[in-house]
Amino acid sequence: MTRLYVARNTRVAARNLDGEMMIMSGKDSTLFTLNKTATIIWQAADGATPLDEIVERRICPEYRVEPAAALQDAETLARELAAHGILDVSEAPIISINSQPANSQTASPPTGESR
Amino acid sequence: MSVLMQELNAKALSLSVPMSVQLDLTYRCNERCVHCYLDHDDHGEMTTAEIKHLLDEMAEAGVFILTLSGGEIFLRKDFFEILEHARRLTFCVKLKTNAVMIREREAARIRDLGVESIQISIYSHRPEVHDAITLVPGSLKRSLDAIRFLKSQGLKVIIANVLMVQNMQDYEGVRALADELGVPSTLDPTVSPMMDGDRSTLNLGVDNTALQSLFRNESLVGDVEEFCAVPPRPGEDELQSLPCSAGHTACYVSPYGDFYPCVQFPLTCGNVRQQGFLDIWRNSEQLKEVRSIRVKDLTGCSQCTHVTNCTRCPGLAYMEGNMRGPSTQDCEKSFARTGVPSVNLQSKKPSVRNLIQIRVQPTSAAISA
Repeated sequence: MTRLYVARNTRVAARNLDGEMMIMSGKDSTLFTLNKTATIIWQAADGATPLDEIVERRICPEYRVEPAAALQDAETLARELAAHGILDVSEAPIISINSQPANSQTASPPTGESR
Repeated sequence: MSVLMQELNAKALSLSVPMSVQLDLTYRCNERCVHCYLDHDDHGEMTTAEIKHLLDEMAEAGVFILTLSGGEIFLRKDFFEILEHARRLTFCVKLKTNAVMIREREAARIRDLGVESIQISIYSHRPEVHDAITLVPGSLKRSLDAIRFLKSQGLKVIIANVLMVQNMQDYEGVRALADELGVPSTLDPTVSPMMDGDRSTLNLGVDNTALQSLFRNESLVGDVEEFCAVPPRPGEDELQSLPCSAGHTACYVSPYGDFYPCVQFPLTCGNVRQQGFLDIWRNSEQLKEVRSIRVKDLTGCSQCTHVTNCTRCPGLAYMEGNMRGPSTQDCEKSFARTGVPSVNLQSKKPSVRNLIQIRVQPTSAAISA
């Protein structure tokens, strides 16, 4: 199995608003909000931890979901966020472009939403 | 503003989160714009360490949009250090600058740091007009060069134009220039009084005839009939609404650490050198007073036909003497737009009887006499 590595894109702006992560794309200023699970993945996306490990350690215990199904959802989400330029995805560790903190005051709501 | 941003602002309002802050890094400037509301001396600006600490506090308080302005921000030798710190804290950073100090190297650095947008003031497409406003020969060329450098880096640039007597004929030229450069432009017919209360800058504002012409320019306002229509009487919901976001989800910090509801609302609420940012935001008596005001509480305005779509600025009203009162400049705009004088303007007018002048055509008999 190919492992995926995810890293927060350094060009985005991000802030947690009462558990809802607001993220503005550095590419085109599109604004997104992330739900709780997406926020967990976003905050853990340090470029060094594989996505399956994030899912296994952070998502599965929280939601009691089956790892394979959760990973599939997480990969779909990661690629969607990558397409919007707010997450970097690679099959190798992403060496640290991420000097920015995750702005992790808290976390929250359903998948990426943009308008 | 996008629907999502409106929703987030509403959420920030309900949680009393300062979503948006303008931080002026300096009042020093390398231009001397005739309409500027600031003095240009350094009265003891915050140090790099103080500003970084303030940014830490703002991030902790939930500030998302950070506008760095001045004065001219690039006159601060530590500007990029501040910007780097702000971006490390993942603020959505917007810059306001005259851009004359931005060359290729600065443009590339701004791009690398992920700045959201750069607003640059351009007052005319003609150097003799723009430079006569900035009082710096060659400033238009340098600002336009900078826009090209920034655009070549893929950055979002916005041209901001203030309409005054001096450049009244040139706003179409500025818009054409913006189109040619591939950037959006804004046009604001409001000239602000100086922060120290001096109102002489208001003499630079355009008159009613020019405003009328502006508000009837379809390319600027869209549907003229709709834009210039007299609004319906306000309902109870409108009377209970907030007059402005200043002090509710937005605020301003001066280079000296003074905390105001807005850059245009010089009501000192505290100083971040003496008090924590969040402490001022949550506990300032002045901010509490600003937040207590609803449209129904506005003197004159709550009875005015324009109240639902007036651009009334509480800061301008405050500078006129009453934060609950009207801002006459906005009354004048409403009048120019609709032809209906506001309650405030009506109260200032001489009585109608005095305005009626009857001219009696002399009879031929009288002439011959």
